[in-house]
Amino acid sequence: MIVRTPPKKASSSAIAGSLQAEHDVAAPVSIHDMTVAYHRRPVLWDIDYAAPAGQLIGIVGPNGAGKSTLIKACLDLVPRASGSVRFFGNPYKKQRRQIGYVPQRESVDWDFPASALDVVTMGRYGRIPWCVPVRRKDRAKALHCLEQVGMADYATRQISKLSGGQQQRVFLARALVQEAQVYFMDEPFAGVDAATEQAIVILLRELKTQGKTCIVVHHDLQTVPEYFDHVVLLNMRIVASGPTAETFTSENLHRTYGGRLTLLDKAASAVARLGTD
Amino acid sequence: MTWDWALDGWIILAGVLSATSCALLGNYLVLRKMSLMGDAISHAVLPGLAIAFILSNSRSAWPMFMGAVIVGVFTALMIEAINRYGKVETGAAMGVVFSTLFAIGLVLIRQVADHVDLDPGCVLYGNIVQIPLDAFGGGIPPAITNLAVVLALNAAFVALLYKELKISSFDPELATTQGINASWMHYALMIMTAVTTVANFEVVGSILVIAMLIVPPVVAHLLTDRLGAMIALSLVVAISAAMGGHVLALFGPGWIGLDATANTSAMMAVVAGMLLALALLFSPHHGLIGRAYHRWALAQRIVQQDILGLLYRWHEMRPGENQPLPREHVLEAVGDGALARWAIRSLLRRCHVESRIVGGCERGLELSKEGRAAATQLIRSHRLWEVYLAKHFNLPPDHLHEPAERMEHFITDELHEQLAHDLTMPSHDPHGRSIPEPDNP
Repeated sequence: MIVRTPPKKASSSAIAGSLQAEHDVAAPVSIHDMTVAYHRRPVLWDIDYAAPAGQLIGIVGPNGAGKSTLIKACLDLVPRASGSVRFFGNPYKKQRRQIGYVPQRESVDWDFPASALDVVTMGRYGRIPWCVPVRRKDRAKALHCLEQVGMADYATRQISKLSGGQQQRVFLARALVQEAQVYFMDEPFAGVDAATEQAIVILLRELKTQGKTCIVVHHDLQTVPEYFDHVVLLNMRIVASGPTAETFTSENLHRTYGGRLTLLDKAASAVARLGTD
Repeated sequence: MTWDWALDGWIILAGVLSATSCALLGNYLVLRKMSLMGDAISHAVLPGLAIAFILSNSRSAWPMFMGAVIVGVFTALMIEAINRYGKVETGAAMGVVFSTLFAIGLVLIRQVADHVDLDPGCVLYGNIVQIPLDAFGGGIPPAITNLAVVLALNAAFVALLYKELKISSFDPELATTQGINASWMHYALMIMTAVTTVANFEVVGSILVIAMLIVPPVVAHLLTDRLGAMIALSLVVAISAAMGGHVLALFGPGWIGLDATANTSAMMAVVAGMLLALALLFSPHHGLIGRAYHRWALAQRIVQQDILGLLYRWHEMRPGENQPLPREHVLEAVGDGALARWAIRSLLRRCHVESRIVGGCERGLELSKEGRAAATQLIRSHRLWEVYLAKHFNLPPDHLHEPAERMEHFITDELHEQLAHDLTMPSHDPHGRSIPEPDNP
């Protein structure tokens, strides 16, 4: 899976060439040799992954596997200890507008004095210059996206007066209004009602038909084969990745969730111990 | 005391400028759950004042101001660092930083600048009544100019960066991914807070600064759930507190028979507190009175409906008898108390129930025509719900009444129709009693 043969005496451009050659350079997201650590404890190890374009990709793994961290490290929200992430061959800073993000619902304070429409409009802020107020057309776009998730009737409602599923839909509408090519979603199905779950699935498929790539952290193993074309099995490392039909096997799942004491895990805990001593 | 616009006008203007500039930033501090940042900064700047004095060897305004602002920003940075790397919650981090810095400031003043008049009392209360006296021979007092500049800065900050402050307060991660660096916004807000706190506490004292950073935004948040309206309302509260505070400081003691005046800054904070109490009581959504009223109204509706249902069943079990149910029995059935007595009075007033003498001096209740229509609807809901539960949940008949009893009060007309449709118009409930058709089609 990982081919790493850095020539001993190579010019810097050759090294750069070999780094990029590992993955499809034009991939919507390509992660190269990424390691992330909180304090001194490594959370993600040696992540190498290229997301196929126009697919629904599920990230699956046990608690503490680093699923959210993977997303946040890609979006420069947590620092990477090593490695690089490219979007369509460019670093994140140059591709901001192509990338939409749906954080976990619990990550914000829903008592904030804002309406559903206000929150969705925030998805446009990156496209409005600094110090310029929100424009009418941005608000119109936001309202249109609220309609798409079936929440137009709730546009003026304060966000704490929405149900959990409705709040999730507001977050999705906020991602839609970003008009991105790649979407990162952190547990969009967590704690939502059946109707919202269906609405989200329909929305994901709609995004796929528009050729967009969605990378979704997911916790319900039962629905993975139904919802996702590709799957990444994650437990600090990428245990397996590829088309769901081939990758989502009981053996791989066992390696992800079960036998935690593989050799690499032992190595990781040894390094962690070194770090704290 | 008498009112003199040349004096009191300046004092009120100073209070208004100070209160509004604090309230503007306070909105964001409150929403970011770091309300006490102003408290921390206003205490922590003491070593800044002392060091500025030592370095410049003077008490002139600019070195002191710069020293205080630098230490104020440093305080915010320290709190952030301790919060993030020390795994300490923000409140505790504030406590650690500002108490340590305040203590260092006290030590420095004792050791190096003991002969200087840095009055701790002045830090608490400020000297707002001195302001007009500083304007030699008319003109604008310098303190007013300073406060006006700070207010203008804050107004520009909040107006120009409105959407940036909004998104970075609500969802810092989304802000950062969109190129609005939430950390930089945080530090910008902290610098503005430090400047505002330092510029204000010298004039109005740290108590008023802290009160005006926190209270007007909290009052406004109780009254509205939109950010723009919250900021506007917080300014209204701040202005009212500043004006009301000075009036009360001048005349309040006289009203209760004391021959003195109260401290203006402190009284402004007191008025802000009173406004908060009013908002807590009377706010339409979160107010205690509003909530108590809604609870009472709901309880009333349920008891009244229970009484209607009771009378309906009473009549139903005695067809053709036309006998009213003794009032005492009704009270007994729905739980005797103010709630039930009020409910009966209200039903009588709305002519849903009629009262009649039944033998002796005992009073009995019976349904009027209107009451009968309402009760029919209610009983219909109850029995339809029982049929629905029996059909879909396979509950034994003796388990059906209680959930239906709770549910009957909340079945809307729309749900009613759906129920009737789902159950293909049943005519009897699982207990074999007939489900009445609505009286008026």
